[in-house]
Amino acid sequence: MISLSHFLVLGAILFSIAMAGIFLNRKNVIILLMAIELLLLAVNMNFVAFSHYHGDTAGQVFVFFILTVAAAEAAIGLAILIVLFRNRRTINVDHLNSLKG
Amino acid sequence: MAIEPVIFWVFSTILVLSAGAVVTVRNPVHAVIFLVLAFFTSAAIWILLEAEFLALALVLVYVGAVMVLFLFVVMMLDINVAPLREGFVRNLWVGIPVLAIVIYELWVVVGEKQFGLDKVAAPAGHAADYSNTKELGGILYTVYMYPFELAAVILLVAIVAAIALTLRRRPQTRYQDPAQQVLVKRGDRVRLVKMAAEKKQ
Repeated sequence: MISLSHFLVLGAILFSIAMAGIFLNRKNVIILLMAIELLLLAVNMNFVAFSHYHGDTAGQVFVFFILTVAAAEAAIGLAILIVLFRNRRTINVDHLNSLKG
Repeated sequence: MAIEPVIFWVFSTILVLSAGAVVTVRNPVHAVIFLVLAFFTSAAIWILLEAEFLALALVLVYVGAVMVLFLFVVMMLDINVAPLREGFVRNLWVGIPVLAIVIYELWVVVGEKQFGLDKVAAPAGHAADYSNTKELGGILYTVYMYPFELAAVILLVAIVAAIALTLRRRPQTRYQDPAQQVLVKRGDRVRLVKMAAEKKQ
């Protein structure tokens, strides 16, 4: 049988891959946004697994709210990305240094 | 042999591989497609966990809306990928050890010793007429009514912010003004000229 820790370890692996992805693709804002989506997915996986194994629906409600906030975050993030690209003609994080004091 | 472990191992393998592909492939469009695959497979795993409503919401909201938005943006921006990839191999030497350390630490915390079957027993499956959507709706519209309204407000704010950020007015662009077009009189456009008829020489 599959135990709760199987799902938790799966979530942990997903989380770590996404975190390593942030390390690897430091310059590409689009990949960074996608890595954040993966991080949230890993967290949601843990919530759903705990909700199932403890028989408590509250965890699923929390996932619902995380999905809502993640959708809002993705929409605003992409809007900022478009405005950025329109103004600077690049999405390279290294070139976004105009606020460097 | 039970079917659940087979489903779990197959789908979690696909999930981990596609997540790895998201952060390593060269082309951002391919990364988005792999992210779609990751969302699909995790929806399957959530169905295994009897969270049917959330699994369907993940497919509809994430694959149907958010990832399509991502795809639009990635394809709309003309990105030169090569400068964005520089330092990838150098960062690999930081990323891989961090990956290994974090996985090991989390495995120590959430491994079989802490959350194995002897600690948290697998729950009995629900009856065939059990509706996950009904139960979720029941708790969402009673206990979590106030947070639910807040989530709606967050979405509204996101809509307003996204439109306000990307809307751009171009003063030099010429638009049609239907009101002006309707108000035009015949005299504004046509000028009758009276002249004597001329004879061909």
